[in-house]
Amino acid sequence: MDFLNTYNGLSPTIKFFIWSVVKIALAIGVLHAIAAYAVLAERKISAWIQDRVGPNRVAPPFMKYVPVLGPLLTRWGMFQPLADGLKFMLKEDFTPAGVHKAYFWLAPAIAIIPSLLVIAVIPFGSFIGGQKMVIADLNVGILYTFGIVSLGVYGIVLAGYAANSKYPFFGGIRSSAQMISYEISMGMSVIPVFLLAGNLNLSTIIGWQVHHGWLVLYAPLSFFIFLVASFAETNRLPFDLPEAETELVGGYHTEYSSMKFALFFLAEYSNMVATTGMMVTLFFGGWTLPFWGLDQPAHSIVIGIIQILIFLVKMAMLMTLFIWVRWMFPRFRYDQLMDLGWRRFVPLALVNILLTAVILWARS
Amino acid sequence: MIVNRKPLTFWERLYVPAIMGGFKVTMRHAWRTLFEGKKVTMEYPEQKWTVPDNYRGAPYLVRDQEGNTKCVSCQLCEFVCPPKAITITPPGPTGQIADRANAEKMPQEFEINMLRCIYCGLCQEVCPEEAIFLLKDYSITGHTRDELLYNKEKLLALGGVHPGIQKWKHKAEEAKEQENFPVKV
Repeated sequence: MDFLNTYNGLSPTIKFFIWSVVKIALAIGVLHAIAAYAVLAERKISAWIQDRVGPNRVAPPFMKYVPVLGPLLTRWGMFQPLADGLKFMLKEDFTPAGVHKAYFWLAPAIAIIPSLLVIAVIPFGSFIGGQKMVIADLNVGILYTFGIVSLGVYGIVLAGYAANSKYPFFGGIRSSAQMISYEISMGMSVIPVFLLAGNLNLSTIIGWQVHHGWLVLYAPLSFFIFLVASFAETNRLPFDLPEAETELVGGYHTEYSSMKFALFFLAEYSNMVATTGMMVTLFFGGWTLPFWGLDQPAHSIVIGIIQILIFLVKMAMLMTLFIWVRWMFPRFRYDQLMDLGWRRFVPLALVNILLTAVILWARS
Repeated sequence: MIVNRKPLTFWERLYVPAIMGGFKVTMRHAWRTLFEGKKVTMEYPEQKWTVPDNYRGAPYLVRDQEGNTKCVSCQLCEFVCPPKAITITPPGPTGQIADRANAEKMPQEFEINMLRCIYCGLCQEVCPEEAIFLLKDYSITGHTRDELLYNKEKLLALGGVHPGIQKWKHKAEEAKEQENFPVKV
């Protein structure tokens, strides 16, 4: 692919623009695919844990003529996400009477945009064709992420407000309180990581991990706090109070239907993807593996693709953990949630920062 | 009754035992389902349960062991049917005679609307001829309403043979015996 870089017919700006558009399109496409299949994984894993089988029926009509592979893929429910997606498109897009129309239409979009924006700074591979496999290699990467992630709450609050109905409203209120309290411990949990790595740029952090080993070994407490906080940030059980089905019908998206509901759904799973991507980058060495020379930037397309796959596999494992945890614990009560956030994790994160700083100071 | 609630130990308050327990339970169940085949799901169209002996499924007409229609078109079932699912067209004075000896008549048409039927079993109970039975079919489906209007032919085909006492045959035999003196019966 060197000819792409040596070709001089286009100005560097245009080239950069084209590459960026390609990367954005691919990243968002892959993100959506992962989100769709995360739903399948969620359904399958929850089925297994509950002694069930899970989706195993849906298949396009021609699949029954494919020997072995056809029935196998159908058994695994591989076509279920397609049917789910199609279902959302075909459903009636219903706007209940009495909603605040403008906000009602705006909320799903506001919910999904931050979750898509977060992946911009995550390096999902090293190099392919001389191009860095990250959409925007910002020097303030992590700050950008926290800035964008905190916007995610607006979609939910707005949805709760716009629906003009009590359950969504409760959901919106809860979510705003929850997200704000966990954002603090989440933000503070990663400070030791930057104390260790000495940089906010995510690519540089991966580079540091190549030389010193994965950061989860240096800052396990940071990882733990980050993990728990991200459960709360992505509204996953045991912190899914904003949509607590048993209490709030559907929470903030009770009144939504069709594609607008799908956007919330997608936002939740995209958030999961983005958070796990962030975790992989910060704590698990990103796209690197410490052997077979996979920790060095790729020079060939094959290695480049393998490194992207490594990143995706690491992410998939963390997402499995996310899904698995859902069936382990009952939902926290609201006061327990607040208590855990403010009175346990915030001090713990502060102690963590202090300890790391003291140790680093003592060793220098 | 006073439940003695022990204060949680530090270890328990760390939430760790609960987490371990959660991991263990979920792992155990996932393992059982995946590798030991202990799933609770019954995959319906392929696997079906056996219905109990006294199950009341769809009512069908039956034939006797000689292949004759047992129904004599008395219309008792039609009258007793709570949802009015049964419609019988009697043969009338000029209609077809019964296909077995000594029986008075048989229905010209016998329709059960399976959409109306509530599987109560009153038709079976009221039938003096043991001609209609609730069999074990529970999956009555169709694409149109007309498909579910079962006529005599279909009901007889679905009902099959139900060996019984063959009342009319015995009555004929008894009548014949009356001719012979001295009476043996």
